[in-house]
Parts: sequence; C-alpha cells; structure tokens
Amino acid sequence: MANYAWPSRDEAQVIGKKTSRLDGVAKSTGTAKYTYDVNLKGQLIAKALGCPHAHCRITKIDTSPALRVPGVVHVEVLRDAGSEIEWQGEILAVVAAETEGAAAEGVKAIRVEYEPLDVFVKDYDLEAAERAGRTSSGGGRVQTEREPGPNDDEDKFADAEIERLLKASKYVVEGFYGIDPITHCCLEPHGSTVEFKDGKLLAYLSTQNVSGTDDGFARDLNLTASDVEVRCDYIGGGFGSKFAPDYWGVAAARISQKTGRPVKFMLDRDLELKLAGNRPSAYLKVRVGADENGVIQVWDSHHWGTGGATGGAVSQNVVPYVLVPKNYRRRVTNIKTNAAPARAWRAPNHPQACAISQTVIDDLARVMGKDSYDVFLANLVNATNGKADVYREQMRIAAELMGWKEKYHLHGKGPRNGSIVEGLGMALHTWGGAANNSSCTLRIRPDGSVESWCGTQDLGTGTRTVCAMVLAETFGLSPADVRVNIGSSKYPVSGASGGSTTVGGVSESHRRAAQDALEKLFALVAPKLEAQAEQLEAVGGRIRVKGAPQRSISWKEACALLGDMPLEVTQSYRSGTPSPLSSSQVAGVQMAHVAVDLETGVVRMKKFVAVQDQGLVINPKTCASQIYGGVCMGIAGALFEQRIMDPETGAFVNCELSDYRLPRLGDVGEIIVHLYEPDSERQRGVVGNGEPPVISPIAAISNAICNATGVRVPVAPYTPQRVLEALQRRA
Amino acid sequence: MKLFEYAAPRTEAEVLQVLSPEFGKTEILAGGTDLIGLMKKMIVTPDRVVNIMNVPTLQGIEPTDEGGVRIGAATTLDVVRTSPYMKPYSAVLQVIAGINSLQLQAQGTIGGELCRRPQCWFFRNGEGLFWSSRHGTGERDDRYHAIFDNEGPARFVSPSRIAPALIALGARLRVIGPRAEDEQWVPASAFFQKPKHEQQKETILRPDQLLTHIELPPVDGWLSATYEVRQSVGPDAPLAAAACAFRHSGGIVREARIVLGQVAPTPWYSHEAVAALVGMPVTVETAEIAGQAAVQRARPLNNNAYKVQLAKVAVKRAILLAAGMNPGGF
Repeated sequence: MANYAWPSRDEAQVIGKKTSRLDGVAKSTGTAKYTYDVNLKGQLIAKALGCPHAHCRITKIDTSPALRVPGVVHVEVLRDAGSEIEWQGEILAVVAAETEGAAAEGVKAIRVEYEPLDVFVKDYDLEAAERAGRTSSGGGRVQTEREPGPNDDEDKFADAEIERLLKASKYVVEGFYGIDPITHCCLEPHGSTVEFKDGKLLAYLSTQNVSGTDDGFARDLNLTASDVEVRCDYIGGGFGSKFAPDYWGVAAARISQKTGRPVKFMLDRDLELKLAGNRPSAYLKVRVGADENGVIQVWDSHHWGTGGATGGAVSQNVVPYVLVPKNYRRRVTNIKTNAAPARAWRAPNHPQACAISQTVIDDLARVMGKDSYDVFLANLVNATNGKADVYREQMRIAAELMGWKEKYHLHGKGPRNGSIVEGLGMALHTWGGAANNSSCTLRIRPDGSVESWCGTQDLGTGTRTVCAMVLAETFGLSPADVRVNIGSSKYPVSGASGGSTTVGGVSESHRRAAQDALEKLFALVAPKLEAQAEQLEAVGGRIRVKGAPQRSISWKEACALLGDMPLEVTQSYRSGTPSPLSSSQVAGVQMAHVAVDLETGVVRMKKFVAVQDQGLVINPKTCASQIYGGVCMGIAGALFEQRIMDPETGAFVNCELSDYRLPRLGDVGEIIVHLYEPDSERQRGVVGNGEPPVISPIAAISNAICNATGVRVPVAPYTPQRVLEALQRRA
Repeated sequence: MKLFEYAAPRTEAEVLQVLSPEFGKTEILAGGTDLIGLMKKMIVTPDRVVNIMNVPTLQGIEPTDEGGVRIGAATTLDVVRTSPYMKPYSAVLQVIAGINSLQLQAQGTIGGELCRRPQCWFFRNGEGLFWSSRHGTGERDDRYHAIFDNEGPARFVSPSRIAPALIALGARLRVIGPRAEDEQWVPASAFFQKPKHEQQKETILRPDQLLTHIELPPVDGWLSATYEVRQSVGPDAPLAAAACAFRHSGGIVREARIVLGQVAPTPWYSHEAVAALVGMPVTVETAEIAGQAAVQRARPLNNNAYKVQLAKVAVKRAILLAAGMNPGGF
C-alpha cells in the first residue's frame, strides 16, 4: 500500500490548475445524452394521471375508457378506490401508449370519482395549524449557563432565567422571520427509460445514486440487484431529490415487465414540481438579548414549518445557526400540510436556519445603530464549529472584495437616488462535506492507456473531470490522456452524490488506486533506471529518478514493461476513515449589495461576494462554477422562488415554469468568487463544496434589503409585494 | 397533447375556409409560444390546428398612404422591433424590448401577442376562466389578478403587453371572416372584451374570424411610452404596466390616452388619468397626480392590494418617459 498523500502546491502539475470540463463540448453541442434523450427501439411513452385534489378519497376509478383510446397499450393503476390522497399531483395511474399524444388522451379518458376531504396548506399560520389539528412537537432544547437547583422545576427555571437574561441585556431584539417552501425544480424532470428483457432490467434513470438504485428496482420486481443495471451518464439537476427510483420509476419498470416493451416515463413539469422534491418552510419568532458589544447572550425562539404531508420542519439543532450563545431556548413545531413530502434540498436545513437566524444578528446591528459587519465580528465568539478565526479572515477578504467599508451606511440611512436606495448585508455558514464511500478500478494497459471505472455520477459539477485530474496528476499525464468511466451500477460501488460528499469520495478512491498502481509500475521500472522504486516520480509523461531527471523513460515505455497483462487495481475508501486526502467541515462568508426601488418594491442584485473554504481544491474552475451556481440558486430563493399553494383548494398554482419565477442571468448581478485556500486549509485535503455556497445568500440578501430600506422584509422570497407591504407597515 | 389535424393555408381566404364556427374546434397557430403550452396541458384541445405563417399577406410592415404603418398579424416581434417604420412608436418598441427573450421575440408574432390567453394560474391549471371561491372563504390566491373591473366571474388580467400601447396610440385592427368578403376595421380598444360566460372569449374574434393586420395612425406629434413594472429582467409577465400617448403645445398636454395593462380583464383605459393630465404641463407632480387618479377606482381582491401602488407608479413613469423625462426606477 502506498503512502497516500497529495502533492504540495509547488509540485502539483494538474491539481489546482483551472481545467475545463472534459465533457463540456459534448454537453454544449448536444452530443451528451441525458436520461431524457434516451429513446429505445419500440418504446412506449408513459404519462401520469395526477390527482387534481390536495386531499381526497378515491371512490371510483375506471380505466377502461383509456384502454379504448387508439394507441394506448397499458394502464397501470397505482391507487385504488378507497385510497386517501394527501397532496395534489399524487399519481393515481400511468398510461403507456405508442405515442405521447395517445398517452395524454388515455390519461384524460380515465374516469375517477373523488370524495373531497379537508385541506390545509397554510404552513405560515401557526394558530390556524393548531386549530386544524395539524401540529406536533419537533422537540427543543434549553441551555443555560446557570444550572437549575435540585428542587427547581426545570421549565420554570428556564423561563425565569431567560427573562432575567433578557432583562439584563443592553439590547433586545424581538422579531419574526420566515422562508417559504420552494421546489427542487430540476430542469430535467425525474424519470427513466427502462427495458425489461430476459429477466433483466436496464434502467436509464435520472439519478444522483447509480450505485444505490438497482436494488430499489429489484425489490419491487422480484429480481436480485444484480439483475438490474442503472445508468446515468448525464443528469439535468437533482439537488437532493434524485436518490431513488421513485414509485414512478418502479411503475415504468413494471409496465415494461408486463408489456415486454421498453418504457419511457419522464414526469411532466407540473408533476415534477408537485411531487418530486420540495424544501421545508421555516417561520420563527424570536427574542434575543445582547451585551453592550452586541454579543448575543440569550436566544429564545420558537419556529415552525412544514415538510409536507409527513410533517418535518427545519431541525431545531441548527437554530440559531452557527453563532450559538451560551444561553438559549429553542423549540420547533412540525406542521402537516397537504403537500408532497419534502426531500433533501442542497444543504438540508441550513439555508432556512441561516435565513431565520442570521437576519436576527443584522437586526441587532440595526437596533444598536452599528455596522452589521462589526456585530457579526463580535458574535464570532459564539461560533460553535471552531472556525471563528477562519470566518474572521474570510470576512476581511469578503469586505475588501465588496468594498464594504467604502459603501456601508447604517440601516436606512444611505443616500436616495430618486426612488432607489442601496444596501449591504452579510451572512456566514458551515457544512460537513466529508468524503463518501467510493471504489475505483483502474487499468493501465501495456500500450500506456489508462482507464478507470467508478459507480459514481456527475451531477454537472465536474466529477468526471476531477477523476481524470486526480489520475493524471498521479501518473504525470494530462487529464485528456485518461479515460474515466462513471454512471453505471455495474461499476465499482460509489456513494450517492448528496451532502457534498462526491468530490472527497472520488478523489480518495482514484488517488488511492492510482498511487497503488504507480507503486507497482515503479517496481518494474526501477531496475531499468538502476534506481530504487521509492526514488522514482512520474512527471510530464515520463517516469524519472528524483533529482536526476535525465534518467527517465517515457510513460509508454514504462507501461510496455507490463508485458501481456494490463495492470489492474481496485481501491476503496470507506466514509469516516481518517485520511490525509480528505476531511470535513468548511466555512464560508458571503456579502450582498442590492438596490431597492421604494416605489415598486423591486429588488435588484448589484454585487455578490462569496468567500469559501473547501480544503484542497482539485479544479479551481469547476469549484468556482459550483459556487456561482450555488449563489444563483440562493438569489433565486431570496427574490423569486416560492411554491404557492392556493389557501382554499391546496392547489399548487405556480407549478409551471411560466409561473414559477426564477431569476435570469441579468438578475443575478456581479458575482465574485474567492476560493479560500491558505496552507492551513489546503493541508486538510479535499472537502465537498456543493452545499455551502447556497446557504448564506438568502440571509445576506435579506440583510442588504434591510440595510437599504431600514425595514425588515420578514419572509423570503422578498418579492415586490412583500417589500411594499413591509414599507407600508413602517409608514 | 391531443392528436389533431394540421392545416397550412396559403391565403387569407383559405384560412377562413378551414376555421370552424364553433369555439374549441380549430385553433390558429402563429408563433405557437402560447398555443403549444396550452395544447400540451390540454387546456385547449382543437381537432384542427391552422398554421397561418405561410400566408404572405400576414407578414411584414409597410407605411400607409396616410403616413401611418400597417403590420401583418403574423409578423414576428423582432421584425416589428427593428423596422425603421416603427421608430416613432416608442410605446410599442419599449414593450417588445422588455419581453427580454430572444426566443419569444424571434418566434412570437404581434397578432399572437394580442390573442394570448390569460396567464391566470387557475385557468392554466384547468379551472377555466371563471374560477370562484368554491367554499366561499374568499381565500383564493389572486396576487396577480385584476384590481379593476373584477366584480364578476372574470378576474384574470388581460395578458397582452402590447395592447395598452396600441390602444394609447389609436391603432385599428383588421378582422376578416367568416365569409371571404367580410372585413372590418376595429379600434384596438374595442377588440378586447371581458367575457361574461363560457361562450365568450377575451376578444371579439369569433372562432371563424382572423386578425390580419394592425394599423397605427401617423404619429403626428404624439409622444408615447410604456412602462412595465417587472420583477425580473426575464420574459415573465409584468406585475403592472401603463402606456401613455399625448400631444402637447406650449408645454401643455392637449390630448392624451392612458391605458393600463395587467390590471383588468381587458386593457384598462383610464379616463381619470387622462382628465388629470390634459391641460397640465408634464412634471413629476402632474404625472404623480395622474397616477393617483388612475387608481382611484381600483378595488383589489384578497391578495393583490400591492398592485394598486404598482399601477399608480406605472402610469406616472409612463407619462414621464413619454415626455422624455427620467421616469425613475432602475
């Protein structure tokens, strides 16, 4: 076993160099085949009947008219008469037909009778939820510096202690903050094209989890996982919502099994938004008390929200977010609404927790009449993740890039240009990002070609390119010299891409396999160069003696020494194993500069700065891209995105992209990304950065709007309607 | 999408021959930027789709003998936007520029833009144009709905972004059919109607009639502008809009037309705003007063009171923009 390590910054030839995606041309020219592009000979097209009601019981379902529609081949009923349906869009039946039109007409022909049941979707209204019997406790926690005495009632002690601390505080802020649910809104909807043939299933699935979805199909079809191959070469967005085949994927497989035909079943846009992923809401009432320096000494909050029909609000564990005072009381109430269950959304819990608690710090600055930067700085003493020093340095860099000192004014005190005011805001965040399980098989052939196989997937983040860069770095080659195979469940198992765990995992497995292989190759080359194996290095397409570069042979010559047999190595990394190649826990600071039109409530992004630590950066180009994307997505959540449920019917009214508002490029303003990678962070090895950059934007933008206007717009997204309503409340 | 018959006539007369006298049986396809989506969702399910893009007389822009301009209904928005004849009609050009999507501008037609179906999300999700509060709670989410003329069952907003500008500029529309010899010129303001029942639509067009041309009168000293309150720089519908055209002499407005968009089931002609502006010089103050006058009779629904403010600002800014003054905003 080799001594696994990364090359130093000076030694690295490939790692740390901006490298374009290996599949960039294929993607931009359309030759890359996404799941939606896969069409199999003789395939049926499937369409779904989604339930039109948010809560009902099916009293009758008759599919026979659908079967009479010309072109319809099969109708698969998923929910029978008697079933209770708890959210709009739930799939009742799937129609498979020769053409898309016939499938659509078949769906329209199905006759269903419903008994309507009570609907509740007002997750923001705690009292209404309580009246409707839709609430349950999500737990809570009290922490005080002073301990209750042996005879004290703990609740009463906490009450008294919180009140005492608030009373003793120099500054007290009381507020309400919130963030509405949004959907994952994957541009490529969930779905698959499947073919059941000779007792085996081939599934082209749009998934973040190729290695882990085969058994999901197998279980339902009475197969073994080895009878199933899941493939996903390219995916148009997942964000945490595509970890399973889903019941509609299984339905497609079942239809293929029954009809003997391949089946293509991609969700229509409205069902994609209604069913296939949403992020829980969070609304918070809070009181905080701070000392004369603005350091929060006591936090007392109650938050609530919904993860849909299964309840689940934002966890109380992350409230308040990152900066946790010594004394706090927090509790959460889960609300059950008639909406599809939430799914993991990029950095689960964190964006909401950040949005509802780091806005409080900014309001404290407003109340104190102080620079928000200074109040955040003062509160770093409360950082619970041991990253206070990193945040301090990141804040300094971010402020410089933003021009914070030159631009900053106190809340609502900036110059007014006609109806336009401007403001700055900041927020900070943390994330784990530890490496996932990953295995890699590597083959070096006698002709010098290098090929790898790994059951991971590229979510569009550049995983393919990272794999190639790690191999190329190790062998002294260029990324174009190696062939990387990913995206099949038949390849060595690799973890799902969620939680920013992929880059760490694949870097581990590929570096380990490559170092092992290189060690074996060195053993063959050493006698030839009259050196010891450990004296050798692979640089610039040659294997040479360290310190004597003239004693070298080319990579090809070296590989020819393998004889007839290729060199094959498989190496794995198991998540949680301490390793010099990867670690976890990152810090990031973001700052927003916005302009607000006081007459229309329209907010425009002017500039955004993201300073992000992610340990060692393999590819600065795709790493920065990931942050640009995260920031854009955060801006979307701050200003545009909202799942709008009609309060009366529970219908998801903006379930089409024409109504589900998203920013365009012209809406995101200037974005500055700074990869924070001093030696202290680089030496930690690789840490994922998929989630972190999407956490802070909402709080940072909310704070910037408040700084511009002097008024807190309490609930995201900060739409013109909400900005105007907040301004009016002040007036 | 339902299976359908496809017709691609080459003359206006041929178009009329293949249109059905019954609503819903045939649909006219121009750019298709609205129709295709509606067909995919099966909100409209025609038996026959009639593509009018191959009819040469419906294409292009030409000056009229009177000094105005005539636009074929199937002319795409980018052709309208770049035509030298359109230069004096600022109110129209500003709208097309504000649509902010190369695809929609290149594919969408001016006639199609006038005939778009409402963006009302209840309609688009299959509840029809006349959705109601089924349980009488009055709690439907109507944040983008009408603040004028919303007492009846129709509470959607007229989706056309160009219509207010055309009405303010005094445009006429040529409508033909059902018979080949039937031809009428309709003031743009009379083309739109608020449907009172399911058998009526949002324009006066019968299913076997065709909008063929839009004619703008000579500019003749009229200044014009449209101001749309847009949340994003993308092609999403504005939250409120106003078009203003006026003629002045000696610094005093002598004649004006002010039409609001996105606020009523039809483009909303504001007599109040006109009355406030005529006889006054254009200043920030008089524009503000006209904006105030425009929303006097506004009656917001459950969740759209903010649109009253936006409509007021849109009117003010349209007036200032038409006068060549800084309208404010971004």
